[in-house]
Amino acid sequence: MPAILGLSGLAGLLLLVEVLPYTGVVSADFLPPTHRIAAALVDEVAEGAFWSALWDTLVAWAVGLAIAVAAGIAAGIVIGAVPLLRALTASTIEFLRPIPSVAMIPLAVLLYGTEIQSTLMLVVYASFWQVLIQVLYGVQDVDPVAEETARSYGLGAWARVRYVLWPTALPYVMTGVRLAAAVALVLAITAELVIGAPGLGSRIAVAQSSNAVPNMYALIAVTGLLGVGINLAARGVERLLLSWHQSVRGEVLV
Amino acid sequence: MTNLLTRIGLALALPVVLFAAWWFGTEGSDNFYVPPLREILRTFPEVWTGERIRADVLPSLIRLAAGYTVAVFAGVCLGVLVGSRRRVRAVLEPVLEFFRAIPPPVLVPVIMLFAGIGDTMKVVVIAAGCVWPILLNTVEGVRAVDGVLADTCRSYGITGPARLRHLVLRSASPQIAAGMRQALSIGIILMVISEMFAASNGLGFTIVQFQRSFAIPDMWSGILLLGLLGLALSVLFRLAESRALAWYHGQRRAQRGLR
Amino acid sequence: MLLDVRGLKKVYEGRQRPVEAIRDLTFGLDAGDLVCLVGPSGCGKTTLLKCMAGLLAPTEGEVRLRDKRITGPPPGMAVVFQEYGRSLFPWMSVRDNVELPLRNKGIARRQRQDLVAQALAVVGLADAHHAYPWQLSGGMQQRVAIARAVAYQPDVLLMDEPFAAVDAQTRADLEDLIRDLWRKLGVTILFVTHDIDEAVYLGQRVIILSSSPTVVREVLGVDLPERRDQLTTRSDSRFTELRAHVYAQIQAAKRESMEILATFGRAGSGKSSRSQSEAKSV
Repeated sequence: MPAILGLSGLAGLLLLVEVLPYTGVVSADFLPPTHRIAAALVDEVAEGAFWSALWDTLVAWAVGLAIAVAAGIAAGIVIGAVPLLRALTASTIEFLRPIPSVAMIPLAVLLYGTEIQSTLMLVVYASFWQVLIQVLYGVQDVDPVAEETARSYGLGAWARVRYVLWPTALPYVMTGVRLAAAVALVLAITAELVIGAPGLGSRIAVAQSSNAVPNMYALIAVTGLLGVGINLAARGVERLLLSWHQSVRGEVLV
Repeated sequence: MTNLLTRIGLALALPVVLFAAWWFGTEGSDNFYVPPLREILRTFPEVWTGERIRADVLPSLIRLAAGYTVAVFAGVCLGVLVGSRRRVRAVLEPVLEFFRAIPPPVLVPVIMLFAGIGDTMKVVVIAAGCVWPILLNTVEGVRAVDGVLADTCRSYGITGPARLRHLVLRSASPQIAAGMRQALSIGIILMVISEMFAASNGLGFTIVQFQRSFAIPDMWSGILLLGLLGLALSVLFRLAESRALAWYHGQRRAQRGLR
Repeated sequence: MLLDVRGLKKVYEGRQRPVEAIRDLTFGLDAGDLVCLVGPSGCGKTTLLKCMAGLLAPTEGEVRLRDKRITGPPPGMAVVFQEYGRSLFPWMSVRDNVELPLRNKGIARRQRQDLVAQALAVVGLADAHHAYPWQLSGGMQQRVAIARAVAYQPDVLLMDEPFAAVDAQTRADLEDLIRDLWRKLGVTILFVTHDIDEAVYLGQRVIILSSSPTVVREVLGVDLPERRDQLTTRSDSRFTELRAHVYAQIQAAKRESMEILATFGRAGSGKSSRSQSEAKSV
């Protein structure tokens, strides 16, 4: 039943976009009706350049996300497990985290021009913090009793990380990865759009500057669908990996 | 006392080390793109003078404030409407999720079509990007109103506007605040991006101008200013939040203590 | 008769089949009564209370307050819930929690303040006005909820297993508090519990319910002295007789429902097989 209602909502949106230009509320030059956007989408899909742009975006997203996740987990566990390191880094993390990633754009342009590295730099910077913060919360959430128990049974440092710390932190890690995956896509498209690195973003910029309005909407719809797809996939992986866990929780409202 | 000193020492140690590393690491730098930190800091007060703050920084901040305010207002109002009707929620949820998943900066070219390249465009871009996390978090928060508390309100005749004010908005407020925090960082991003696209003033515009004219230390000082701005806004937000949600954090601590 | 329950029946639309939580309940409360409702667990006590409070529409029959049929939460009724932690507003101080319903009733500021101060004093929380509920212990939180109900000046005070989640010593104190309030303020109380001792100790009358689908099994007058206290009343031989009687009745009720179960092969109890969303509200 909810699925039908949800589909009707989506159908309503498509219908609204189809009808609005005819009512004269908005000009069809600014918001083309659904069928023209759909036609533009079909044109795009038929073009090789679209697919290579999509591929570029996905590569930048995946590579950037992988680097950020690996670095975030490693840094998070090391910092979180050593109280002194934690105390030392807390202020720096609080300081660096809110620095907007877009501040890096001019730097990225200077250093890498319109290469994919520009995109990667922004993606890694933005998504690293998402992972790191969640991992730190996860490590902090380790039950002291479980930790004491492991110690009293003579488990070494590595075994404690493996059997106590990691399972506790895993739900948080997954949350971090899910958030980072969404942020990584946003930054990948942004970098392409603003800097002109190859990908869907720069294709949107081209469509805009050549006044191909329906194509622009079609491409934006694709980025939205990509975002929804990434969210759903991340949630699916989360559920799969954490099915043993009492509850798929571990999100912090920060 | 020693405890406090230790904490201050720990908090300052790494920043000092990093600052020193940056300072001395770039001291003799002849890399054109990475000027010495001394150079950047010397440039900073020259670049960000009173005039520039009035002409570039302030307009950026005003646009951010306007767009963000519109987004908070619209997001909370719509969120309450959608969140308290089960049917409406089921119909709209996929549509809202779709809009949230669209990377906000691609809104810039779309909104430029409708609103040109003036201040209106920038405010609308910021509002249109910030509204989704606030809206969706409000929906979540409104939906999660405790059943016992809702029954309590009904049996004591607390209905209508009083219910909205004392029950719905208050119990959703931690979620709303989480959405507002996400929206704030999106807002800063959009403030900068919208000015990089088409503008004649503003922080983003100025920094890109520096980059294009290869005024590298000036550009670095701009990046530094953006960083400080992000930090300042996040600290302000935190202060406001910890005041407004003191009950929530206190309750959480109390529950944690029981565990 | 102040509060009148007539032929009350409540059927939940279950996923596969309708579940009859309450079959046919008829009883009444006069002004100034303190009546305890006791029954085996899962017998629909909470359902009954929600119907009486106007939070849930009965399938058949009716509840009347001062001879007016209840179709929604009536103004003259206050409810104290079992989940004290969830029925107080965590974002309001103790004082604001007690005051809010009064503000909504349109009582003038001065009078409101007096009522709040009196109510908090009478439950022994005169110095906790500015605390938040979550800063208090469970027993104290429930006192706040009771103060809120008292300040509301209801015709009837409904209490839904209010002490089920507090420890035994606190519970004894709170029981005495209820007796005290009742004697001092003359408020009419319907007290729902699953605790037999508590029901006998508190009530003038004890209404014993059957297992679900629920009917009234017996209405028992409690002929213990007016003044009760934890030590002497509970060691009184009459108290022991009464509680043994109630206990036997409840055991019998459970046994009968087991026999019915064996005969018909299905459970009648509703709580486990229904979800909250299916419970139709008024």
